Amino acid sequence: MLSLTWLIPMYPLVGSIICGFYGLKIGKDKVAKVACGSVILSFLTTLLVLGGYANLPEGESIYEQVMFTWIAAGNLNIEWGYQIDGLSLVMLMVVSGVGSLIHIYAVGYMYEEYSFYRFFAYFNLFVFAMLILVMGNNFLMMFIGWEGVGCCSYFLIGYYFDKKSACDAGTKAFVVNRVGDFAFLLAVMYIFKLFGSIDFSHVMEHAATTVVFESEDITIITMLLFIGATGKSAQIPLYTWLPDAMEGPTPVSALIHAATMVTAGVYMVVRCNALFVMAPITMWIVALVGGGTALFAATIGTAQYDIKRVLAYSTVSQIGYMFLACGVGAFTAAIFHLVTHAFFKACLFLGSGSVIHGVHGEQDMRKMGGLKKYMPKTYWTFVISTAAIAGIVPLSGFFSKDEILYHSLMDGNIMFWGMGVCGAFITAFYMSRLVIMTFHGKYNVDPEVHPHESPAIMTNVLIVLAILAAIGGLLGIPIMHGAHFLKHVLAPVLEFDLATAIDHSTHVLHEQGRHAPHWGHLLEHHEEHNVLTEVLLMGFSLCVALAGIATAYLFYIKFPSWPEKIMQTQGGFELVRNKYYVDEVYDATFVKPTVEGSYILWRQADAKGIDGTVNGVAKIIGWFSQQARVFQSGFVRNYALFMVMGFIFFLIVAF
Amino acid sequence: MAPLSHYLVLSGILFTIGVMGVLVRRNAIVVFMSIEIMLNAVNISLIAFDRYLGQHDGQIFSFMVMAVAAAEVSVGLAIVIAMFRNKPTINLDEFNLMKW
Amino acid sequence: MFLTFLTFLPLAGAFALVFIPRENEKTIKQTALGVALADFLLSLSLYGEFDTTTAKMQFEYSTPWIESWGINYHVGLDGISLLLFILTTFLTAFSILASWEVKKYLKEYMIAMLALGTGMLGVFIAMDFFLFYVFWEFQLIPMYLIIGVWGGPRRIYAAVKFFLYTAVGSLLMLVAIIWIYFIIFEQTGTRTTDILYITEHLNVNLSTQKWLFMAFFLAFAIKVPMFPFHTWLPDAHVEAPTAGSIILAGVLLKMGTYGFLRFNLPLFPHACNDLLPYIGWLSVIGIIYGALVAMVQEDLKKLVAYSSVSHLGFVMLGIFAFNEYGLQGALLQNLNHGVSTSALFLLVGMIYDRRHTRLISEFGGLSKPMPKYAICFMIIALSSIGLPGMNGFVGEFLVLIGMFQTDAMLATFATSGVILAACYILWMFQRVMFLECKNPKNENLKDMDLRETVLIVPMIILVFWIGIFPRTFTKTFDASVAHLASKVNPDNFRPGGHKKDEHGGHSEHAELPQEIVQIVQSKK
Repeated sequence: MLSLTWLIPMYPLVGSIICGFYGLKIGKDKVAKVACGSVILSFLTTLLVLGGYANLPEGESIYEQVMFTWIAAGNLNIEWGYQIDGLSLVMLMVVSGVGSLIHIYAVGYMYEEYSFYRFFAYFNLFVFAMLILVMGNNFLMMFIGWEGVGCCSYFLIGYYFDKKSACDAGTKAFVVNRVGDFAFLLAVMYIFKLFGSIDFSHVMEHAATTVVFESEDITIITMLLFIGATGKSAQIPLYTWLPDAMEGPTPVSALIHAATMVTAGVYMVVRCNALFVMAPITMWIVALVGGGTALFAATIGTAQYDIKRVLAYSTVSQIGYMFLACGVGAFTAAIFHLVTHAFFKACLFLGSGSVIHGVHGEQDMRKMGGLKKYMPKTYWTFVISTAAIAGIVPLSGFFSKDEILYHSLMDGNIMFWGMGVCGAFITAFYMSRLVIMTFHGKYNVDPEVHPHESPAIMTNVLIVLAILAAIGGLLGIPIMHGAHFLKHVLAPVLEFDLATAIDHSTHVLHEQGRHAPHWGHLLEHHEEHNVLTEVLLMGFSLCVALAGIATAYLFYIKFPSWPEKIMQTQGGFELVRNKYYVDEVYDATFVKPTVEGSYILWRQADAKGIDGTVNGVAKIIGWFSQQARVFQSGFVRNYALFMVMGFIFFLIVAF
Repeated sequence: MAPLSHYLVLSGILFTIGVMGVLVRRNAIVVFMSIEIMLNAVNISLIAFDRYLGQHDGQIFSFMVMAVAAAEVSVGLAIVIAMFRNKPTINLDEFNLMKW
Repeated sequence: MFLTFLTFLPLAGAFALVFIPRENEKTIKQTALGVALADFLLSLSLYGEFDTTTAKMQFEYSTPWIESWGINYHVGLDGISLLLFILTTFLTAFSILASWEVKKYLKEYMIAMLALGTGMLGVFIAMDFFLFYVFWEFQLIPMYLIIGVWGGPRRIYAAVKFFLYTAVGSLLMLVAIIWIYFIIFEQTGTRTTDILYITEHLNVNLSTQKWLFMAFFLAFAIKVPMFPFHTWLPDAHVEAPTAGSIILAGVLLKMGTYGFLRFNLPLFPHACNDLLPYIGWLSVIGIIYGALVAMVQEDLKKLVAYSSVSHLGFVMLGIFAFNEYGLQGALLQNLNHGVSTSALFLLVGMIYDRRHTRLISEFGGLSKPMPKYAICFMIIALSSIGLPGMNGFVGEFLVLIGMFQTDAMLATFATSGVILAACYILWMFQRVMFLECKNPKNENLKDMDLRETVLIVPMIILVFWIGIFPRTFTKTFDASVAHLASKVNPDNFRPGGHKKDEHGGHSEHAELPQEIVQIVQSKK
């Protein structure tokens, strides 16, 4: 079954081509069938491949399928190849599974659009790129997907291309992503220089024996990779594009800007875990940025009124948690949270889409309220997902977030844990605020709009996702030994022999006659799961989540005047509501100077400087010619006189 | 027989007369005739050398010069006529269009 | 002989056109296109017969021309020139089809186009300095006429600027050629201008190498054009007719980079290595500067012209990486630029034909009336900014990875070009294609017609073909590039570096421990 691997990305690609070229001819229903069918086929094929993978002989944990040589020059040999292992299978399931659900939902959501076909052409293309991203067996294959998803995201954010804000958001997303891609590319080049190959299997296998632990090289490489990840996954300092990306249709936000694309950075870091482990400094920064983003974005989320923007900041914040997990070395927890987040955040986004659909395109929560009775299915699925993200037992978010918090305390330090807990509190708060402002409280909808429940095709998807969000925690049951399914699946990918790496590094440094730091303590295994601590922490974070919900209840149901008061008295609120003015700062420090500087370059350096120099030379020559012109009187006999004088001159010189 | 130097002096005098004529006269026809004098001055020296050296290259060259002179006359007179058509004069001081 | 036939076929076609009465516009166009197409199709057979395993010249032909000076009519192709040759025949046919709507002096136009074809092809096959120089100057004249006669309002200024810039450079090259001629005569006692012979036997000290290098450098750098010799390019592009721009960007600029690969690197490898920092930084400045200036252009063609400056910076960087990755990348990027930028000029030409303006501010919202056009434009634009899976990426990546081995700092700065490229292309695309269609003149624009579609489709196929199966093309480079890389390998010129070269120099990606030793050493 594994030989079918190459088919997985092909279906959406073919689907995209059919939708794009023949979409208008074959009509909306067929487009819908082709688009959804292709992703579902991918999902089914993934299941088959999963079956094949389960039957791999003992000891083998990677299946590679090479299609052809892509780029070759000198020693560089990059193949168009796919890699199937635990990690890529988990990602494949998420991408094709959640992707199928969102495709089905989008049929209902987008049905009124004229450019229905265009939407699905892009949407399928996105799935293709995302699948390539998670299946590629080398860094450059991953980069195809990496840029491909960015490109599709650009198309889809700018789907309503006659809206200036949508176009700007698309361009912004692409350019900010490119900043990350720039770093990613540099990292790939650096890796090639050190390892002589950019195949994942080669690099990860030889990481321990090629680079020196904690050395500059590996720190630079991992930092570059991480900068790449911050671009794609919207972390500080490159997160600003994601909230703006909400200009795209809601299914886009759900699939691309919540469930799959934005988590690509996390996937990449986990994929390169062997490199990151070699660079503790980078790990610390990853954790710090992750934790910082989790907290920072959550605070912005408390003060937004656009329903999708709240969710966008929530996404930024949740991905921060994943990076926090990566940073403290809990890669399994990061992937676990990635999966559960895909479920509940997709459900939340689609739910918000259902709300927006129901109130005819309104996105401002102040103009909603009391919608519970109009759209019960949306409401209940939304509540389940909110509980999941807030971390209420026994929903999926509880398990994954707890695992992260546990590791950030045990493997990290109290600061990281503190960031995580504060973030969790704020998350619970703003998500409850969202639910309350939208579904409870006073009915504020425009009188001309009659809210209604969305069609079945949409609500059914919501129900499936809500179920997944509820039970997703089963993938990683804590405490019970051996019940953590994900840990088992990811073990081969995360296998890393730190002892060899340290031995090797010490050896190399000694050979250089340099002092090798004492790394021995890194090898001391801390005890197996401390069950008591874990249970205590769980209880604590549950309390924190409940406290967050209770605060929201107090603020928005019990004493609705409180928010107003705070807004008036606290100066800080203005800062938060304006997103800490980060966009404005970036605009003033990067965008404006670049554009204005370019004008100066063009008008001054190019037109005046370079062309001026050239024209100046020409003018000087012209001036000399002007002077010499006197001799050109036009009288033939003058010329003859000059000839005679010249002749006489030469006679004199000769004799 | 007169020595070579006599011929060369004659030729030099004629050539100088021709040069001065070209330089100082204003009438195009006269300038033209001065050029002819210069050519013939050269012819004289060619023939003189031919005789003196006992070879016949000089004669051949003087024929060559005559042929070129004939061609030149036809072109030159045509130019003079064209000039006269443009302006009712052949005073060379009136013609200074050949500049810049 | 086949090569000679292919090269002079367009000129013969031009000669035949002389006898067609000027009223028969259709016949003239068809004849011109037929000749160019035949030339292209025949040249494809070169690819089939090309032997990719050797760095030697192929399809060689040599016969004495001016014997007393030792000048031969010597032509041939190797891996470096093969694809440029085919690209030229392709673009000649392409640009003739692209100029179907020319009205003014049609016959002369087609004659100029075909003559230009011969001149360009000659440059790529000439294996004799004298012959090379003749072709090099010959192609200037039809191009000068094409800009100067069929160009825009400031065509005379642009044409003269184009001519003067190129002529100044090539005169210095002529001096260098004559100098080399005498050096070779002194050293070997042979009077010859044969490029292969000279490449093998030229042996001059470093300072002479540098002087000669500079003379060639100026000629080629102006042609490429490298910063700061680029200002003729935007003017020439803006004023040239669409087909002129296509040829200019697609082929004429490649002559500069070809010159570097054919002359500067193999003849003066030591000087190249010594001057690498200067040229490297000039290229990087070109990449960034071109991109920044492109971003603020108001005229579409100028934008594309400045983006050419940026792209050619990558090519130069690849050449001066002195290793196989960089050289292959440079050659492929040459090809990519020929495809993407030509197609961009074609697309800009299409809306120019409809609206008779190229100002970005005049457009907006074109995707509504012209959806097919918008898709094609998008694909080509993305290929131009190097999206993986399309052609631009493969070349750029090879160039960058090659440069990274030689000088990581240069590569880092050059890589920042990918960010800026996205800025200028996407911003332009947004202002032209997206937003509301505010200008009523744009509301009823016709979408692409059949001829235009026929033109653009092969370009789009090439974009993806090169992006996904670049080996089809790069395999022709392998042998020649390996040969060249061994010649200019920086290790040859480092004190004590010769020994390493015996082990294969760069090609050994030493087993890992050694590698680490080196890295650690280099850090000390």
